Amino acid sequence: MIKTDIIIIGAGPTGLFAVFEAGLLKLKCHLIDSLPQPGGQCAEIYPKKPIYDIPSRPEILAGDLVDQLMTQIKPFKPGFTLGETAQEIHKERDGSFVVTTDKGTQHQAQVVAIAGGLGTFEPRKPDLANLILWEDKGVDYIIREPEKYRNKNVLIAGGGDSALDWTIVLAELAQSVTLVHRRNQFRGALDSVQKVQVLKDQNKIQVITPAEVIALDGVRHLTNVTLKVEGTLVNQAVDYFIPLFGLTPKLGPIANWGLEIEKNAIKVDNSLDYQTNIPGIYAIGDVNIYPGKLKLILCGFHEATLMCQSAFQRIFPKKRKVFKYTTVGGITGFDGSRKEAQKSTIKTIE
Amino acid sequence: MYIKITVIDRSGKAHELEAPTDITMNLMEVCKSYELPVEGTCGGIAMCASCQCYVLSNHPLEKKSPDEEAMLSEALHVKENSRLGCQIPMDKKLEGLRVELAP
Repeated sequence: MIKTDIIIIGAGPTGLFAVFEAGLLKLKCHLIDSLPQPGGQCAEIYPKKPIYDIPSRPEILAGDLVDQLMTQIKPFKPGFTLGETAQEIHKERDGSFVVTTDKGTQHQAQVVAIAGGLGTFEPRKPDLANLILWEDKGVDYIIREPEKYRNKNVLIAGGGDSALDWTIVLAELAQSVTLVHRRNQFRGALDSVQKVQVLKDQNKIQVITPAEVIALDGVRHLTNVTLKVEGTLVNQAVDYFIPLFGLTPKLGPIANWGLEIEKNAIKVDNSLDYQTNIPGIYAIGDVNIYPGKLKLILCGFHEATLMCQSAFQRIFPKKRKVFKYTTVGGITGFDGSRKEAQKSTIKTIE
Repeated sequence: MYIKITVIDRSGKAHELEAPTDITMNLMEVCKSYELPVEGTCGGIAMCASCQCYVLSNHPLEKKSPDEEAMLSEALHVKENSRLGCQIPMDKKLEGLRVELAP
């Protein structure tokens, strides 16, 4: 059991900044995120895109914003459970919450702050009849263990980075790799596109464009797919079909936690502290909704700050409210690090 | 400075919207400000297709950028008249624009 002061669900910009504000109040945080790296959408969807509305940053790449936030919160030593989805929550007798992930990791804290953005990122599934029937029986949306495909016939569909990258990796392992895309242009790192071109030229892989998979067939396990190649139907024997069409956010298991939901977002009290209808559970950033809500990173930062004040009161009901200016007190990290303004020197001029 | 456009939501209901043309808004942003169910996950950079729509009227739209083409080649439910709302800037030429939100 991981014990902390605040469990933060979602390691996007809002969740990360909450660690800083909590740290100023000497509260420790642990973040849970279904993605394998911190940063949320900024890291997963558009790390190389500039953002222009972060105060004092005329322009910053989304990926750099995440890196800078990670640097800013480092002194407060946040814990991370990455690549796992917060699945269940229950309240203990002492008023604390236990959050369990889909992989069974348990976390306990007095306060839970949901900073889940638009939700958990799930693979975007193609629109195919019987698709669900073949899930885990030849259809995979995520490649967890490349060894699984050793000496198998694999068909990958998609036109982005992950389709290209996995084609390159599996070309070494699999019996055969076929890459299928609706057009012959691919959006990916130049290096990946060139590598796939070389593999194709060397006949190590097959690239079929413009084409798409329109039907799946098999007995107990997938054995064949039907491709539509420029209007012609083509049958191809495969062991695995891996559609890589990117990720799409879904509110996910949080939707079943008894929280008041409106328009796919969690209702909070914005006049006070962004607490949900369950005392002790807060929702901050894009995941919440209140009158006048704007889904902006800068609003998430503000919400995180107020949430931490309220969390402090909940954790230490007898302590006075605390408020700190970093300009005055500097920052004392949990790692013993110390940052503060240079003291002014006062000397007499004779 | 605004134009009237019609957005048909996923249940088939038509919404007449007034879209400002003088503050560089795009169709995705207009839909969001009217609280229509358009996510705009990626913030309007043609990276998610959550604002995909079908253009029903014959308006002179700007050509698709390579990014929009690439996204539409990966998105689902794509038709000939599919566009990403975030890539359609509101302009007085679009008076009377009629679009339908993709599933």
